[in-house]
Amino acid sequence: MTSLPEKTDKKLGLVIDLDICVGCHACVVSCKEWNTGGYGAALSDQNPYDDHVSGSWLNRVHAYEAGEGANARVVHFPKSCLHCDDAPCVTVCPTGASYKRSEDGIVLVNEDRCIGCGLCAWACPYGAREMDVAEGVMKKCTLCVDRIYNDNIPEEDRVPACVRSCPANARHFGDLADPGSEVSLMVLARGGFDLMPEQGTKPVNKYLPPRERRPEPQPCGRHSMAERESTADAKGFFRWLDQALERMG
Amino acid sequence: MHPAFSVIAFTSLSGMGYGLAVVLGVGLLDGASLGGQIGYVIALLLISAGLASSTLHLGHPERAPLALTQWRSSWLSREGVLAIVTFLPLGLAALGSLFFAADWRPAGWLAAAGSVATVYCTAMIYASLKTVQQWASGLTVAVYLLFGLAGGLLLASGLAAMDAAMDHTGGSWRSLLPLAVLVMLAAWVAKALWWRRAGQEHSASTIESATGLGHLGKVRLLERPHIEENYLTREMGFRVARKHAVKLRRMAWIFGLVLPLAALLISLVLPDGFAAVLLLHAALSHLLGVLIERWLFFAEARHTVMLYYGDERA
Amino acid sequence: MTAVRQGRAQPALDLSPKVSDEIRQTTCYMCACRCGINVHLRDGKVRYIEGNRDHPVNRGVLCAKGSAGIMQHYSPARLRKPLLRVGERGKGEFKEIEWEEALSLATEWLKPVRESDPKKLAFFTGRDQSQALTGWWAQQFGTPNFAAHGGFCSVNMAAAGIYTMGGAFWEFGSPDWERTKLFVVFGVAEDHDSNPIKMGLSRLKARGAKIVSVNPVRTGYSAIADQWLGVRPGTDGLFVLSLIHELLRNRTVDLDYLIRYTNAPWLVVEDDGLFAKDAEGKALVQDRESGALVPFDAKGVKPNLHGKVTLPDGRSARPVFELMAEAYLDERYAPERVAEQTGIAAERIVALAEELARVAFEEEITIEQPWTDWKGERHERFIGRPVSMHAMRGISAHSNGFQTCRAIHVLQILLGSIDCPGGFRYKPPYPKPPAVHPRPAGKLGEVAPNQPLTGAPLGYPLGPEDLLVDEAGQPIRIDKAYSWEAPMSAHGLMHMVISNAHAGDPYPVDVLFMYMANMSWNSSMNSRGVMEMLEAKDPETGEYRIPKIIYADAYASEMVAYSDLVLPDTTYLERHDCISLLDRPICEPDAVADSIRWPVVEPDRDVRGFQSVLIDLGGRLGLPGFVEADGSPRYRDYADYMVRHERKPGVGPLAGWRGEDGKESGTGAPNPDQLQRYIDNGGFWQGEIPEEALYFKFANAAYQDFAVRMGFYNASAPMVFQLYLETLQKFRLAAEGKAEPQPPEHLRERIAECFTPLPSWYAPFEEARLDEEEYPLHAITQRPMAMYHSWGSQNAWLRQIHSSNPLYVPGALYDELGLEPGDWVWVISHHGRIKVPAARMEAVNDKTVWTWNAIGKRAGAWELSPAAPEAKKGFLLNHLIHELLPPKGDGLRWSNSDPITGQAAWYDLRVRLEKAAPEEVAGENVVSEPQVPAQERFAGMPTPPRELRYGQEWDEGTDA
Repeated sequence: MTSLPEKTDKKLGLVIDLDICVGCHACVVSCKEWNTGGYGAALSDQNPYDDHVSGSWLNRVHAYEAGEGANARVVHFPKSCLHCDDAPCVTVCPTGASYKRSEDGIVLVNEDRCIGCGLCAWACPYGAREMDVAEGVMKKCTLCVDRIYNDNIPEEDRVPACVRSCPANARHFGDLADPGSEVSLMVLARGGFDLMPEQGTKPVNKYLPPRERRPEPQPCGRHSMAERESTADAKGFFRWLDQALERMG
Repeated sequence: MHPAFSVIAFTSLSGMGYGLAVVLGVGLLDGASLGGQIGYVIALLLISAGLASSTLHLGHPERAPLALTQWRSSWLSREGVLAIVTFLPLGLAALGSLFFAADWRPAGWLAAAGSVATVYCTAMIYASLKTVQQWASGLTVAVYLLFGLAGGLLLASGLAAMDAAMDHTGGSWRSLLPLAVLVMLAAWVAKALWWRRAGQEHSASTIESATGLGHLGKVRLLERPHIEENYLTREMGFRVARKHAVKLRRMAWIFGLVLPLAALLISLVLPDGFAAVLLLHAALSHLLGVLIERWLFFAEARHTVMLYYGDERA
Repeated sequence: MTAVRQGRAQPALDLSPKVSDEIRQTTCYMCACRCGINVHLRDGKVRYIEGNRDHPVNRGVLCAKGSAGIMQHYSPARLRKPLLRVGERGKGEFKEIEWEEALSLATEWLKPVRESDPKKLAFFTGRDQSQALTGWWAQQFGTPNFAAHGGFCSVNMAAAGIYTMGGAFWEFGSPDWERTKLFVVFGVAEDHDSNPIKMGLSRLKARGAKIVSVNPVRTGYSAIADQWLGVRPGTDGLFVLSLIHELLRNRTVDLDYLIRYTNAPWLVVEDDGLFAKDAEGKALVQDRESGALVPFDAKGVKPNLHGKVTLPDGRSARPVFELMAEAYLDERYAPERVAEQTGIAAERIVALAEELARVAFEEEITIEQPWTDWKGERHERFIGRPVSMHAMRGISAHSNGFQTCRAIHVLQILLGSIDCPGGFRYKPPYPKPPAVHPRPAGKLGEVAPNQPLTGAPLGYPLGPEDLLVDEAGQPIRIDKAYSWEAPMSAHGLMHMVISNAHAGDPYPVDVLFMYMANMSWNSSMNSRGVMEMLEAKDPETGEYRIPKIIYADAYASEMVAYSDLVLPDTTYLERHDCISLLDRPICEPDAVADSIRWPVVEPDRDVRGFQSVLIDLGGRLGLPGFVEADGSPRYRDYADYMVRHERKPGVGPLAGWRGEDGKESGTGAPNPDQLQRYIDNGGFWQGEIPEEALYFKFANAAYQDFAVRMGFYNASAPMVFQLYLETLQKFRLAAEGKAEPQPPEHLRERIAECFTPLPSWYAPFEEARLDEEEYPLHAITQRPMAMYHSWGSQNAWLRQIHSSNPLYVPGALYDELGLEPGDWVWVISHHGRIKVPAARMEAVNDKTVWTWNAIGKRAGAWELSPAAPEAKKGFLLNHLIHELLPPKGDGLRWSNSDPITGQAAWYDLRVRLEKAAPEEVAGENVVSEPQVPAQERFAGMPTPPRELRYGQEWDEGTDA
């Protein structure tokens, strides 16, 4: 079972728009909130009101700076499991607890089989897996598998909690195996990319890059900086004003 | 990577145990002798202690049997399966040695093969991880195998010397010494190459490839997702200060190579009894050297996940 | 556990697990956005909170704070029972008492105050969302000393907006996210209006609209902006006036709009700077064709914008627009001249002004919807100038904030982009001209024993005659609001109450009564000083200088430790509340809306909602309106008040389902079934605005009719935009000695200088008084989006995101100081020095250092361990800020506030940095400085758990 399926019918995943994410952590907390009472063991927190506070989270938002000085950009960067096609976390699992679903490609941990060896976390280049200290099993993003097919939830809400909550609409959920799906089209249009492609994991989740910033507008033709009229007295302005009022009738 | 005691102890102890099992199994130490009997006991103890330590460190040790199921894909599973499979011939050989004072050669050969295969799997657990560039190399396998064998040869030399001292059978045990010296040197040559590679080669992954933001310029971490340490930074973000690492490497060389090598050379000219005592102490020194080497193996390893926490390269 | 499986079989998953037993819909209170939430309950516990898709504010989304509501609701820092102080103030030593004892004691303290001198009660209510009640309570008690926290939040923005155009940002209005093409955001507070702004920015991105951010720090919204202008703090006003300079230079202003909707044509008398008026008091304009002087609202008039006229009385007058053009075309606002001060290159200012004009005038949009303006003129369509702006505290919390906020509003008006398609849009009940707002009550003689005030304590003065000062011109209010020190302080000056009460300036108080205002920590400037003031005793009597402090809060905040009597409030899931049109509404540009909170979970502690307690106290004190004729309490609790209270006939706290059959909206008789109707509708009510009334609300006859129908105001109240604000000129005239009453001598110069009727820029006071070489840097805070003030640190999930805060230092300065990761710096102001961890950042103004707001905590507060990083590494800049300006040798206490509104000038802070010496940061346990001794755990509070596994009881395994 820890062998990867040769092919999955669908590739459900997330498309994350780095051009829109403002780093508000809404997805981070709604994920924690949904999943601590959802799939498998609770996401525990150690020393919740003390020093060295730490907990299990399935999604975290980093912030990076790129470039120098006034041109430096800040990019907020949410990161959770990428549900890779060639998921190394699955094949290293000695018990078969880690698996990739053949129908939709979601990578899951069957916690009932997990021995808590931690090897899958070592095998994942992205830090997508976190051992729950209290339960001693590996936790990871389930793509809210207990939401997306859940008949007890209104149809429009059958998306991962992070997508449901994102105030900036920076997270999109869909089938990346379907070239006609909204997410696939988005990836195509915006040049969606893989994280660490050189690791050969073939992530399903894609990131949309921050858009190229439009060039700074330059003071344009009307008056070049050097030859702009003096405004020392407002006479020229009032001449124009009188004419303009005249035209208004 | 976090240098977890359980894993360091497991790989070091069981490595030496399997090394000893190989030496016994191929008949370089007579299983029928007292030294051989003690050797089997030590090998089994080292292997069992190592396995126990690594099992107890699991989140759910009671589910450990499940770990035997995924041998098709998982090196960890293969290691578990082989460790258990190897117990059969090894146990049989030990049985012959301890209760029948016999050297059951076929069992020995099978045990030796199983031991090599088990250590190979252990090494492959690490060598197969692309996420840790320092580990992802055939040299890791060579180091694990050679260190195990060197430790086993050292122990076996001591035990053979003890046999000789007790039986007054003469110095034929000294024929083991050149092999021990050779393997010991080979192990450290492999480790030296391993360290050189670790210092020179970097993963193709960088903070730029991890974030995909390289086109914007040099990427720096501005803010962690959560301020305090988390599982990932504790497990993957362990850092050892450079000056400590240098000191520890020196200690590993001294305990793991210089002292055992000196003991091997000196024991060439010592009376058997003294040689036995010296060599068994040298084996302890070697184990200490390997423990330090193994600690560094983890502590100095850099995981790609730390690229997300500000490392520029892995 | 299942048996070992072989082969490729996947575990059987239950793909439709049960989520909850019941969903209850209420209003979030994890910050002030007031989003709609669905609270999923399972086994009597909160399983999950998500956004309500139907709600007008958040349309289904929810932020980090909202999603962390579970941890707030079950926080160990929740107070459990009324507390009475037994130790010294500040230590946190209390005993638990029963509610009856607590309420009797409060009554015993308050009654004599009301019977002798009601103003000796200072009642300030922090981040209150029920000011319609609390203000009314203060009014009935008879004390003018009431305000909430607006005075140190954003009163500059709000007041400048109301006076200029009858509204401002956030609750007053928002950009037209669906149509705007160029959006400029200034110095925003990212925990305010946060979901709507995030949703809006996303819409802009989806439509390819451009976002320009003017902010010293490029985080949050600025990070995703197309263009970032890293302005130097406190110079935004200069920058905006330079944009106005360019618009005028380029003749790119909307003349038609200015003539129709603003006071641009109004004639200003040269002599006194007041408007020329006719006998009825209407401002005069000159008709272009006839040359006659006619009232501005005369039908068919074509007013002139240029040219001096002679008034019948012989004085000369000129149109506002002419004065404006002369003022702003002045070379001192030329981009080249302001570039160095603002830190923004001249070319970028020129280019932005050109782009604003290009988008406004060349990308005009129209909506084919005929409408009629208040003069009766019919328009065939709504014409839109798709440029919009938003600004918040970064702009307002400066001592020049009011004028800067005015400048931003005027900039939008010049572009013709107020309440048009694509521009800034009002949210009902705004626009609301200042004249329609009340004047502040509490004039001399009005404050008397056993007597209510004649009106609300807070309001909008229209001139010196509306000030609350005594014959000598001295303040009547404890915070000196509406005095010559802060004449237009529409939200009061909460930040001065403790300082003034401690100093007995203008007088001491008997009781300080506060609600959710963390004054002894992050809600004060000079936190350590405020603690000392609260602890200070009169050496002669041994009594505390502030004799009695009653405090209501839901959580073990720093302020609780400084209180004598603590009234524990509920969490937001356990209470009734109304988000009322009478207060701070949640309307959207297209809809009128209000909402409620209701107890979706019953309290498991001996706590009561503060508003119900206040109503109870009102009854016990026999306050008018709170008792029946026979003296019995009129309202059972807040829920009862929400339904039955009428501010004027037919107008109550809630606008939905009024009338006995529940069929009326806006106005109507109380409906006993009203709350159930709200609950059935998801906790909110919304009423659509007629299509014809959607834009140009300030001048739209259909909207004005609608507003009257809804009860927003009694009669049509169109707003003529006040480019030139005569109210300011009235204060200036008084300061110049040309009108009565006149300010005290020492304030005259400042009023004359700062109260310019056209927006102006002057250097922030702290900057002006300090040596720039000694304090070369600005130090400011940014709002972390996952926190709301100090509330988030008790929340086990949110605190993991921000457990401590570094000081971000611009890269060049970081290198110059030789800083390395892990280093600490001293931050030194004229008032104090703090030692803090430093971090490097590039995308920040090169003269600015910054940190996250309110992460630092007093050790032991909020039920956190004293070893928590919030206390040990976290820090507040507040320790560096004084509530007074640096002394200038005149012996006077000059408040560190905007001179017009009294807004606390937090962002004026100037500092220098020094790298901490090695011996100061040696060892593992370096702590930030100053450290305040830990407060005790309060009586009856639990020991917080060492581990949380919330929801573990619902674990059903992962293999069905």
